[in-house]
Amino acid sequence: MTARILINVPAKARRGEIIEIKTLISHPMESGFRVGFNGALIPRDIITRFVCTYNGEEVFRAELSPAIAANPFIAFSTIATESGTIAFAWSGDNGFSAAEFATITVE
Amino acid sequence: MNEFRSTRRQFLAGSARLAAGAGLASIVAVEPARATPEALQGAIAEIIGEAPLRQGRVTLDLPSLVENGNAVPLTVAVESPMSEADHVTAIHVFNEKNPQPYVLTARLGPRAGRARIATRIKLADAQRVVAIAAMSDGSFWSASADVIVTIAACVEGLQ
Repeated sequence: MTARILINVPAKARRGEIIEIKTLISHPMESGFRVGFNGALIPRDIITRFVCTYNGEEVFRAELSPAIAANPFIAFSTIATESGTIAFAWSGDNGFSAAEFATITVE
Repeated sequence: MNEFRSTRRQFLAGSARLAAGAGLASIVAVEPARATPEALQGAIAEIIGEAPLRQGRVTLDLPSLVENGNAVPLTVAVESPMSEADHVTAIHVFNEKNPQPYVLTARLGPRAGRARIATRIKLADAQRVVAIAAMSDGSFWSASADVIVTIAACVEGLQ
């Protein structure tokens, strides 16, 4: 199953401007503490890691726990240094991985 | 069509069975593990070690009354120039009564420009949420917020 991803990055920014980045990815974030219909615990299935790179250089990273709501939303900021690609990668339990990128023009 | 029709007697018998089943489930179900204030202190100590934890510089923004604990918006902002010499290296968020005390760790640096993050979290009960900012000079600052939750998240079963 491919995860649905929503990214909000401004298309244009002035050099040195602080831009806000918002990310949303579809994922159940099953905590591993819930009991299913058969009385057994539902195994944990969460995203554990989120990394944002700006033209290949890491600018933000987050370590997620079961306490993050389903369909994790993460917002943060970075400085628009140069035109290029801002890439996002998520990874987690059961070999989950997803990636997305956005391009930005810096004037 | 007919098999979906039920008489009052069948309905009552059915609901009695359901109630008995629910009662049984509550006896059999294992009480879910809960983080305690001590576990919270332990988790914080793992991050900060022996360093003092100072109040201030951190703003933790959470609604004080939450109807649904499954998705509670949370914003952490830290007062910092975010320069090469003086910036926030990490923001940690902890809670008191979810099954585990950890919520989120965000790693940032001078390229962030501004130390402000936002996400949505699950809260299993009315409780205190703590945010800790680790600074590049090795100091730790914190803020906490009390949240009242009316519908809990994550430890509820699917019944």
